[in-house]
Amino acid sequence: MDLDPEGLFRDDSDSESEFYREKDSTKEFVVYLVDASPKMFGAARSDEDEKPETHFHAAINCISQSLMAQIIGRSYDEVAVCFFNTKEKKNLQDLNGVYVFNVMDRECLDRPTARLIKELSYVEDRFMSNIGSRYGIVSGSRENSLYNALWVAQALLRKGSAKSVSKRILLFTNEDDPFGSITGATKTDMIRMTLQRAKDTQDLGISIELLPLSWPDEEFNVSIFYAELLGLEGDDISQFLPSAGEILEDMTDQLRKRMFKKRKVKTIRFSIANDICIEVNTYALIRPTSPGQIMWLDSVTNLPLKTERSFICADTGALVQEPHTYFHPYKNEIIKFSMDELSKIKNISDGQLHLLGFKPLDCLKDYHNLRPSTFIFPTDEEIVGSTRIFIALHRSMLRFQRFALAFYGSLYHPQLVALVAQDEITSSSGQVEPPGMHMIYLPYSDDIRHVEELHMAVDANAPRATDDQIKKASALSRRIDLKDFSVCQFANPALQRHYGILQALALGEDEMPEIKDETLPDEEGLSR
Amino acid sequence: MARNKEAVVLLLDVGPSMHSVLSEVESVCSMLVQKKLIFGKSDEVGVVLLGTDDTCNELQKEVGGYEHIVVLRNISVVDGNAVDFLQNLPRGNFRGDFIDAIVVGIDLLIKKFGPTNKGKQRICLMTDARYPIKAPYEGTKEDQVNTISQMMQTHGIRLDCIVIREKLPEADLRVMEENDNLLDQFSRKAIAKIVHVDSSTSLLGALKTRNISPVTVFRGDLELSSTMKIKVWVYKKTSEEKFPTLKKYSDKAPSSDKFATYEVKVDYEYKSMEDPDKVVPPEQRIRGYRYGPQVVPISSAEWEAVKFKPEKGVKLLGFTDASNILRHYYMKDVYIFVPEPGNKKAIVAVSAIARAMKDMNKSAILRCVWRQGQGNVVIGVLRPNISSVDNIPDSFYFNVLPFVEDVREFQFPSFSSFPSSWQPNEQQQEAADNLVKMLDLAPSSKEVLQPDYTPNPVLERFYHFLELKSKQPDADVPPLDGSLKRITEPNPAVFSHHKSVIDNFCKNFELKENPKKKKSSKRAWRGKPSTFSEKEEGVDDFEAMMARRDSSKWVSKAIKDMQNHVSDLLENSYDGDAYSKAIECLVALRKGCILEQEPKEFNRYLLGLYEKWKDTDLANFFELLSSKSLTLISQKEASDSNVTEEEAKNFPVKTELKF
Repeated sequence: MDLDPEGLFRDDSDSESEFYREKDSTKEFVVYLVDASPKMFGAARSDEDEKPETHFHAAINCISQSLMAQIIGRSYDEVAVCFFNTKEKKNLQDLNGVYVFNVMDRECLDRPTARLIKELSYVEDRFMSNIGSRYGIVSGSRENSLYNALWVAQALLRKGSAKSVSKRILLFTNEDDPFGSITGATKTDMIRMTLQRAKDTQDLGISIELLPLSWPDEEFNVSIFYAELLGLEGDDISQFLPSAGEILEDMTDQLRKRMFKKRKVKTIRFSIANDICIEVNTYALIRPTSPGQIMWLDSVTNLPLKTERSFICADTGALVQEPHTYFHPYKNEIIKFSMDELSKIKNISDGQLHLLGFKPLDCLKDYHNLRPSTFIFPTDEEIVGSTRIFIALHRSMLRFQRFALAFYGSLYHPQLVALVAQDEITSSSGQVEPPGMHMIYLPYSDDIRHVEELHMAVDANAPRATDDQIKKASALSRRIDLKDFSVCQFANPALQRHYGILQALALGEDEMPEIKDETLPDEEGLSR
Repeated sequence: MARNKEAVVLLLDVGPSMHSVLSEVESVCSMLVQKKLIFGKSDEVGVVLLGTDDTCNELQKEVGGYEHIVVLRNISVVDGNAVDFLQNLPRGNFRGDFIDAIVVGIDLLIKKFGPTNKGKQRICLMTDARYPIKAPYEGTKEDQVNTISQMMQTHGIRLDCIVIREKLPEADLRVMEENDNLLDQFSRKAIAKIVHVDSSTSLLGALKTRNISPVTVFRGDLELSSTMKIKVWVYKKTSEEKFPTLKKYSDKAPSSDKFATYEVKVDYEYKSMEDPDKVVPPEQRIRGYRYGPQVVPISSAEWEAVKFKPEKGVKLLGFTDASNILRHYYMKDVYIFVPEPGNKKAIVAVSAIARAMKDMNKSAILRCVWRQGQGNVVIGVLRPNISSVDNIPDSFYFNVLPFVEDVREFQFPSFSSFPSSWQPNEQQQEAADNLVKMLDLAPSSKEVLQPDYTPNPVLERFYHFLELKSKQPDADVPPLDGSLKRITEPNPAVFSHHKSVIDNFCKNFELKENPKKKKSSKRAWRGKPSTFSEKEEGVDDFEAMMARRDSSKWVSKAIKDMQNHVSDLLENSYDGDAYSKAIECLVALRKGCILEQEPKEFNRYLLGLYEKWKDTDLANFFELLSSKSLTLISQKEASDSNVTEEEAKNFPVKTELKF
């Protein structure tokens, strides 16, 4: 059990943890289905002196990163890794060409463990000798490795109700025409069977998502086969692939982003004027990730301990029930409040977001910030027309360089907020900033301190830099300019070390990993 | 004398032109005193009114003059009376002279403290400064202000002045300008701060009602390179004032106990899983850290030896275009970097860099470790803060930026990819443009609802209610007052002023509820629980919602809604008239929870119902339940349940179940 003796005042601590922890409302089961045909191992691009990069490597890389992110995000999602077009087979159904990758002490579909991550990252080294790669669909054979793979993946996802768990198959392949090597009735048959299998799977509430690997000169053509398997129609097809990356790194980035499933925090009403009230979803795109809470264990058995809380009257020492009355000392008296009264005090609004008006962006000062922002994006799910109004306001706000001032009447933590419109920004690695609005939590006057006034000079002006000094400072800043700086380009060294140590201990290794601290300035570079 | 004990003299203008805002003056001043009663019990407060009908102050007796100034309360330690005084200020009918009032305030402080207590004395003036002050006997008004400033400096007295001018129907601009100049002169010649506000809402936020001793987060070098360093002090610039932490109350102390604390202590015991009676002593406990499903035990000593231990220091990584750091990446409350006080070289260096950054529109990226022994590093953005006041040095603001692990790169559709029925047409866009342009909260630099002057409505309400309860223990929570509603709701005056723009906007856009969702989410189970059709619909809706497959949220929503529905039925039931409906719903809920493998949801709910109502009139409802064998879901019916068949059968008799 997690301990928080400080956060005893339930209302408050709940809202804080809700804000920061952002509990996943839905659990997710994912099968990573990775094509292991010889084509995936062809050198995709090779830099002169580096070892050739393969599409298989890119896929494994993405999956490893995503598993690590799950560990750090303390997710309860379960995953399975499954290769197809393999020489060896390993699956409950004993189907050819499909190999379910797993490690000890773990079910095939389970939460990722230290060993899974470690062994997966080395899987390429001995892939050819242990698992082997071969084309699974060849002329003259009735074998259909893609069909088998979908079947195995579907079987892996059998557990859990489709209503409480979101189930996904993520298919990594660079073959846009899996049945290209065969012809005639056999081909038609096999395609029909495979599509039927995919449809059955989808009917069970399992979504199949394709993560195609390709290059600009041999673009993955989704309409040859996969569009039908995925159920894409018309515009969907043209929009399916944003763009294949120029470089493998970009593609890894793209894939990584597409592997995430968006999780909203909640849906809220945004009241604009009179009766106009639209709906938006809120997302926590940026929240600090902490090393996680500790658990107390019995050092003899290493088993978790159960924490029991008891309430003791400080005056009499008597054991009491959890009290529902609170008090605040005031004027030498005890002023009592019931839970109900306390929640009434905080309940100053109705849970909605209320537009108050608009201000120029420069009214939003650098010191107007308290917590990480929350992203909002419109939804027409319940109120048709919401998106249209949102887009119109979004566009006007960008055009006039204004933000909206609003009151977010959340029941736990009502607050004055600035809604800043963000235009979509894309780069070669896909979407960098999604279009929408960011809700920035504004301080109240009580939250702002006037520390600069502490050291106010009386009857004398504070020294200021001369133009010449400013010029020198400008020259300095030009010398150490970070042209390509992007927010969040650094990994958190404390967190990396934390999980590095835990991984080593979890695997029973003696050596502690060395983690490079990327945040240290490049002293050499600076002195130049 | 307590170390941080402060003495404040409130100089409150109660003259005729102030009457419209006096209730806010009363509020903000009582808030100040109330917070002192909690956070600064030994602070002292005096109250002086100007613009009163009477005159009562020592200077008048000693030297004459100083008319229409009343010392309402001499400087003394805060108490409940001070709140009462401030909540019931008299309304005066004369024009007060604020310079006279300042002199009276200074006189009170000097007589009380003499040369002691320097720097902890404050005069707080609230006036609209609309009427001319009297000319002095000798010299000019400016000379007079200089003399007074000198006296304030000698005695270490600070002046906070709030000039409130809401609307100015027949104001004399020339007089106000003269007064403003005189007040500004104080801020140059003494430690003084003049704040102008133009609404009652801002008045509530204009006065610092709580003193927080500033603490530096870091003192040391801002390292531009290994050889170039600037001495800085880092403070918090913003930090949320939290809702007060209340204590748990115990009524066990005998009423004769004068020293009773009424507190409840919380005690934690750690028990072994296998043997729930065995308490594991602290020395036998070890920390476990999660790694996926595994828990890795590590002792504190081991952890200490291997954990990340960066060196203390604040290092510049480089400069970058301000546009590279979008505002929504700010992760925390704000820090301020000020140059080391009194260090001219540092002041100039900060000034040069801040101004260069401002000119070139750059931000700086820093890596900070505030303290030795801190287990993490912070990457953040430094922004220039060019001082607008001559006697305050330039400084920087700083905010924390996210690491890779802190960002979720969710992908959202481009707006342009939406169907044309979701895109605004030209006319609609124009309506939106007009709304954004016209609904302006900062017209010609008259910005309303500036965070700097906006009070926290929840805290305002809490302290108000606290005071009320100290007099009337059974008082109800009062409604939010009008000035605070300007924060939580659109201002009707602003909205009606722009009625045509708003109406045009509303006319141009059409909203309708999604017919497919309407039934399930909006209307479900609200309204009168006694109609027959309602009952049928409750169960139907529930089943319909449970069967939805497009999103898993429907199941939990259906369960939640059904639970609320049953609770409503029971709460509104008279003499058991809703029992049969409630039972019908419970049967549906139970069936649904078994089907969806949510036995715990049902069991927890049923036990909750029982706990809540077992000792009330509704107790017979539970007898009815057992007679219909409507009980907890057992393991046999749903494997996730932790209720045995036996326990289920015995419900509600044996409810010693753990969840």
